[in-house]
Order: sequence, then C-alpha cells, then structure tokens
Amino acid sequence: MATTNLMRPLTVCITADLVPHSGVAVKVGEQQLAVFYMPDESPQIYVMDNYDPIGRANVMSRGILGDIKGELVVAAPLYKQHFRLCTGVCVEDEGVSVAVFKSAIIDDSVVVWL
Amino acid sequence: MQKADVVVVGNGMVGHHFVESLNNISPALSITVLGEESAPAYDRVHLSDVFAGTDPSDLALTDELAYRCIGVTAHFGDRVTHIDTEAKQVTAASGLRVEYDKLVLATGSYPFVPPIPGFDLPKCLVYRTLDDLVAIRSAAKNARRGVVVGGGLLGLECANALRNLGLETHVVEFAPGLMGVQLDETGSATLRSKIEDLGLTVHTNTATQSIEQHEDGSLIMNFAGGAALQTDLIVFSAGIRPSDQLAKETGLAIGERGGVVIDDSCATSHADVFAIGECALYDGRIFGLVAPGYRMAEVAASQVSGGTETFQGADMSTKLKLLGVEVGSVGDAHGKAEGSQCFTFSDPIKKAYMRMNVDNNSSKVTGAVLVGDCSRYDTLLQYYLNELPLPEDPTSLLVSGAGGVEISASMLPDTATICSCHNVSKGVITGCIEAGCMDLGELKAETKASTGCGGCAALLKSTFESELEARGLEVDRSLCEHFGHTRQALFHICQVEGISQFADLISQHGRGKGCDICKPVAASIFASLYNEHVLEKPHVGLQDTNDHVLANMQKNGTYSVVPRIPGGIITPDKLIAIGAVGKKYDLYTKITGGQRIDLFGAQIHELPAIWHELIQAGFETGHAYGKSLRTVKSCVGSTWCRYGVQDSVAMALLLEDRYKGLRSPHKLKMAVSGCTRECAEAQSKDVGVIATENGWNLFVGGNGGMRPRHADLFATDLDDNTLLLYIDRFLMFYVRTADRLQRTSVWLESLDGGLDYAREVVIDDSLGICAELEAQMNNVVGTYQCEWKSTLGDKEKLKRFRQFVNTDESDPDVVFVRERGQRRPATEDELALAAKAI
Repeated sequence: MATTNLMRPLTVCITADLVPHSGVAVKVGEQQLAVFYMPDESPQIYVMDNYDPIGRANVMSRGILGDIKGELVVAAPLYKQHFRLCTGVCVEDEGVSVAVFKSAIIDDSVVVWL
Repeated sequence: MQKADVVVVGNGMVGHHFVESLNNISPALSITVLGEESAPAYDRVHLSDVFAGTDPSDLALTDELAYRCIGVTAHFGDRVTHIDTEAKQVTAASGLRVEYDKLVLATGSYPFVPPIPGFDLPKCLVYRTLDDLVAIRSAAKNARRGVVVGGGLLGLECANALRNLGLETHVVEFAPGLMGVQLDETGSATLRSKIEDLGLTVHTNTATQSIEQHEDGSLIMNFAGGAALQTDLIVFSAGIRPSDQLAKETGLAIGERGGVVIDDSCATSHADVFAIGECALYDGRIFGLVAPGYRMAEVAASQVSGGTETFQGADMSTKLKLLGVEVGSVGDAHGKAEGSQCFTFSDPIKKAYMRMNVDNNSSKVTGAVLVGDCSRYDTLLQYYLNELPLPEDPTSLLVSGAGGVEISASMLPDTATICSCHNVSKGVITGCIEAGCMDLGELKAETKASTGCGGCAALLKSTFESELEARGLEVDRSLCEHFGHTRQALFHICQVEGISQFADLISQHGRGKGCDICKPVAASIFASLYNEHVLEKPHVGLQDTNDHVLANMQKNGTYSVVPRIPGGIITPDKLIAIGAVGKKYDLYTKITGGQRIDLFGAQIHELPAIWHELIQAGFETGHAYGKSLRTVKSCVGSTWCRYGVQDSVAMALLLEDRYKGLRSPHKLKMAVSGCTRECAEAQSKDVGVIATENGWNLFVGGNGGMRPRHADLFATDLDDNTLLLYIDRFLMFYVRTADRLQRTSVWLESLDGGLDYAREVVIDDSLGICAELEAQMNNVVGTYQCEWKSTLGDKEKLKRFRQFVNTDESDPDVVFVRERGQRRPATEDELALAAKAI
C-alpha cells in the first residue's frame, strides 16, 4: 500500500471525465494513475498506479473491470492478469502488486490522497 | 556407394507411415527412401476428391524437403531393380546403389486388369495413381459415357469420380452383386437400387469378352451372351494384385496367389527384409485397406528398432460413403461361420437394410451389413470387436433411438479401439483425461482421434464425456464464474428475451459483476444481434483491449491501425494517402498477411487524428481489432491472369463489403481464388471460395496459426447468389452456436455430425432456420457503420481517446528507437541504457 505518512488530497479530475464501469488515466507530476469508476459499488472510485508491472506499460486504466469470487478486479489489457482494486495484489501471482491510493468523490471532484 | 541403416522401397501411404513411425522411435537411424512414382507419398484414399475440386498437391503427405528436415534421403521416380541380400544392397534403375542394414519393402499393389482382348486399347484405363487421374481426366474431355469394370469398393469410388466428371456412368460387374466381399445379397441389391436412383447404370452378372475400337474412336464392349455396350472410355477397377515381382526375383517366399509372405514381426523369409502394406501376405491374406497397412508399418518400425511389437492380423470392418450412400460391413458379413444365425431389418421407404450375424448360441455379434443407414455401425462394431454379450433382446442393437441399445464407453474394455484410422484405444483416451485433458477439441489434437475419416466422432464424444463423469468431473461448459451457461445458450437467451445490455443479462441470468471473459462475449453477442456501435455507453466497459479503442494494442501500450483494403485492391492514390499518414505520424509500416497495411506505434490520443485523415482519403475501419471479419484475400483472377476462370476480385469485394463489421465468436478470414491454382490460399481460411469453370467451390473451416487446418469442401459449382446464401447461413449458424473464441475449424469439429451436419443445416435447411439466419445476416449487413467514422462524429466517444483526462501531455514512458528507417519500441536493455545516460 502506498498510503504513506505524507499523503495529501489532490483533485485529479472531475466526475464528468469518468466513464462508468471503466477506467481513465490521469497524470500528476510524473505519477500516472488509473481511475476506475464503478457507480454501483461502494466506494465508487478506485485508484491505482497506471503502470502494468507484468506488461511493462502504462495501460492499467484500459483494463476490463469485474470480480473474481466477489473481489473487485481489473484485468490487465496486455496479458490479462487480474489485479485486486482494493489492494493492488495480482490474483495470478500474489508476489506482484501495483500501488493503490485512497480516493473519493467530493462534490464533482475526484480526489486522490498522494 | 551410399549407405543407410534402413532402406525403404516404395513411398506410398504405408511406406511413408513407416518412415514417420521409425523416425519417431529411432531418430538416430539413417533412412533412405526409393519411390517408383515421381510424386512423394500422397493420400490415395481421397484420390476421387481431385475430381470434386481438391488440388492434387493437397493430397501430398510429404515432400523431399520435409524428408530432408528429418534426415531422410529420398529418391523419387527411381525404381529398385535388384536386391542383393548377400551383399545387403539394392540397385535402382538409375544405377544408384545403396547398402542397407535392414530393408523394408512397401511396394504396394497394382490394379488387376483382366486379360480380355482389347484391354490395352487407348482409353482403357486404370484408377490408382495421380498419373491415372490425369489420364482419366484427359480421356473424359468430350466424352459422354464412361464404364467402370468392377463393382467393388474401388470400382464404385471410381464410378463416383466419373460421375463427378459429368459422364453418363455405367458399372459392369462379373459377380451377381455389387461389393460382394463386404455385402450380402440383399445388401448388394439395396445398394444397387440406391445407386441406380442416382442415374448410374449397373450391369451385374456381366462378363466382358472383348473390347473393340469403333471407327469413330469410341469403344465397344462385347459381353458374354451377345449384348454390347458402346462407351467413350473404360476404367478397370477389378481388384488389386500385390507388387511382388522384385521380391520374387530376390528369392523371398511368395504366396501361391502372390504377395510377399510375412510373419508376426512383418519379416519376410529373409530376416533382414521386411514387407508391409498391400504387397505383404499375412496368414494367407492381403490387407487392401490403409489401417492394417499402417499397423504393419508401426510393427516393422518397432522391429527394426529392436522392439517387440507384432502384427496380429487386422479387422477389415469398414464404413464409408459411396456415391453418397452409407455402407458398412463388419466382421463375418456373410454369416459363413458354422451355426451362424442372422437378424435382418429393412426399411423400404428409406431404402435401408441392416443385417446382424450372431454365433450359434446367440452370445455375440459375429458380423453385420449396413446399407443406406450406418447409424448402428459403431455399436455393432464395438459389440463385434470386444465380443460383448448380446443384450436380452438382440434386435435392440439394430434400432436407433428409443428402445435401441447405444454402445456406451463404460461397456468397453481399455483395449477397445475407438479410432481405427489412428489406432487410438479407449485406454489412450482415459490416459489423456488422467493427464488433465478436459476438452474434446484438445483431446482430438492430442491423440489425432477422429481426425481421419471422422467415423468415430460420436463414439469418441460419448467416451470422453462418460469417462469424465466416471471421474466425478462434470463437463462444465459454463462460460465463467458469472454465468452457468455456454456462449450458445447466452446467445439464445439474449435473442429470445431481447436482452441488449450487460446489466440486464447479468442480473437476470448471471451472478456477480462480470469479468474479462463474459463481458466481451456479451458485447459480441449484442453486436451480432443488434449491431449497435461498440463504444455506445452501456457497451464501453465490456469491450476487450482492442475493441476498447478500435485499434490493436501492442507490447508498449501503443496501438496499430489497419484501414480496410477490400480484397487487397488499392489505387496508387490511396496507397500514397496511407504513406502520407504513416509518414506524418511516424508510424512503423508493414504489409500484413491479409493483403493490408498495418501502421504501428500510434498513441491513443493520436488515433482520432489518424483516422480523420484516413477517412478523408476514403478508407474505412478494417476491424483488425475485433473478433469479426478481417479480410477477404484475393488473387487478380480473370481480370489479369491468363489462368483465371472467374472474376475473383469482384467476388472478394462483394464478400468483404457484405460481411465487414460482422462480430463473431472469433476472428474470421476469407479468400477468393480465381482458379484451381489457388493463389489466394482460400483453403486455409474460415470461408474459402475457389472459382471453377461453372461457378464457385465453397470451402469452410480452414485456418492457419498454431494448429493449421485445411478447409473442407462444402459445396461445388455454386452461382453467385447461392454462394452468398450459403455463406450467410453458414456464418450466422456459426455466430449463433460456437463457443467463445472458437474458430470455425474447431466449431465444425465439435458439431455432432460435423461437416455433414453443417451441410444439412445450411444446404438442406434440416432445422428449418435458414430464413431466420438469412434475415439476421441481412440485419447485420443493413446496419453496418464504419465504427471510426461514427466515433469521429461523436464528442462523447472521442473522450475515450485521451491519454490523460487531466492534461494533454503524452505518455513519457513510451520510448522508440529507429531501426531500418522506422521507429520501434525500445527494448528493456535500450531503456536501461537510456536511463543511465540521464
């Protein structure tokens, strides 16, 4: 988990930028993030590093969302490994994970604690 | 002098099978092959397919290069003239001499031509080799009538060939009935009546006494009893004789009526010399079928390698389709054994006949005859081969459906042969299942079972399923954890209930939230049924990686772009336009296998601009990203080619325009060739069309890739409209019933009844759904839109193509290097180097 002591909330985009049941990418400084919007879930927003550590490219935001045995996951678009939205841990290889970030929708803003 | 561990004389199907088997067991042994025919081994069993449109080269089982690759030296068109068993060397007609350690004779057989006066006149032919086919075809030009002498299995095959050439065909048989070896009198008569219904004329009990040439060049056959028949050509197919001359001259033991005598180890009277196939005589018999020949080849390969396999004779039961009539013969078909009793059944309406012979105390099946309906063949054969005890009511073995006994895998011992073409036993199948094979298609690929004649398909399937069940494993055909249905079932659910959104589908028929398996499947089904834009809001989140942005994601997260170039036909101006786009966006450009141009290295935010320019230049999306029609490859056909017989370009354009945009369970590829030379490689496509003098031959179910499959001939000599109609129905039937990511090839193999069943559905409308299939296809064709054109006109959809939603920056981690004048993704090493430099 990348929730460090120096976290600060930052607005990365607005809700109109989001696509329901899918992801978009944002860039904050050098950090690229995947922002997933699942309007029927709670929370509705999930944020993780956009870099796919197995496919080695910034593509996580373009994966398909779903669940494996009830756990929300995104399927990496290059080689289809599943990463848990809540923890970033890869389902197929528990030794691999991506950083996840605390996030929330506040009014019309998408806020991420970086 | 050359030297080899093993020298093989003859390169027919059996000789070739020996080479393959030996190479598998003992790859270190050096092998030299000497073949008399100029062509390397080919599939003689399917010789008559050549007249139905198959290219002779497609029958080839190997070639010189393939042999060289496995270390086999081959000399074709060189007959062995002498064997010196003392010096252990063979001499060929060319003077070539080869020393051997072990020698294998696979010299095969030759057609028997009765020595009647006139048998050697021009246009008196035989039917055995590719060269014979050439002679028959050339004699059939301008001919009206053809006669086959011989009403056995080969004779009737040959009659089919003459019929395919458009000749009025007669069959002349000396004996009282057709296929006298395999069928009893009533079976013969039933077959005759069915064949006569097809317009052939059958003369039985007819002995030809002489043949004369008429002054107009035609032939007159004079029969015993005074009758005569005028014809344009005669083909003798009155049985085979073993090619044993060489063995005889060598001093090997020869049977009284010919054939090189062999023992259980396939060795001849000389221990270092083996004989296999139709030249070999085992237990006083010549085995004129390919399966026993293959078995001998395997035994000889084992023996030469120091193994202990033996040949124990072979079952000559056979099932085949002659002139479209199903015929089967099992064991002692005539019931000659003492005390044999028989059950018979005949259906005068369908003109079908069945006979089952049982032993004197009614304990087991000893033989059977089937004509016009072979549905009981598998059951009867297994009862016979495995000596299963007869059921209480033996007649139930002759009844299909309710009241009938179906052979079930649990009744069979492990040694029972399921597939005789490839000698796959039940034990092998259970072994595969134990090793983790859970899929019928995979099992077929693994064991080759049911990939020969396909006659065992139903038995293989039931064996597979009952073995899975016996292990407490269910044949789970669920799509994924969210849907307990197959793709086919989901398709029907969506169609019947009019479901057009994933949220409805999963809440009403599934569980959970879906995944990367079921979501793209649902998206594909919705597209096939309703053909809405794949980036419409409810569908966006369902699309697979490539459909997601209408381009193909590459390893570094950039995309490639493929504009449609229908039929591979492109004007210089359009070629320049593609070049200009490639140059402007610095795209890596490559010609694809499907006669298109692939432009690599576009970043997601560049896609709309690139497509704007391509559309301006008159291009449409090529759907390279979709499980949908990719391309229709074509040759130039009669437009330019000296050999083209139809306008293959126009047909390719018509097909590509019609089926572009059709979403299907997997990608679809097509091709159209303008003549039988087949330059468009249509027989490796899902749908292949090959021009004939009279129209088009339609092939289906081919593909390249990991497991290449040659397409099957589906229908011949179609006019344009019928061709389109069949393709419409075929594709929509596939779209409706195939599993997820199942190519047409695997789908065809998985259909109960396979190709024949597909033909019944598509051509004969056996399910009564053709009108519906056509309507559905017309709907898809009518609602086509270029997905890129509509995307460019829609602000909401264009939002998908931002690299980042909060900034216009591009991805700094995408790094290219230049190679051969183009840029490509940097490798890991290059990236590391670049990082160090900074």
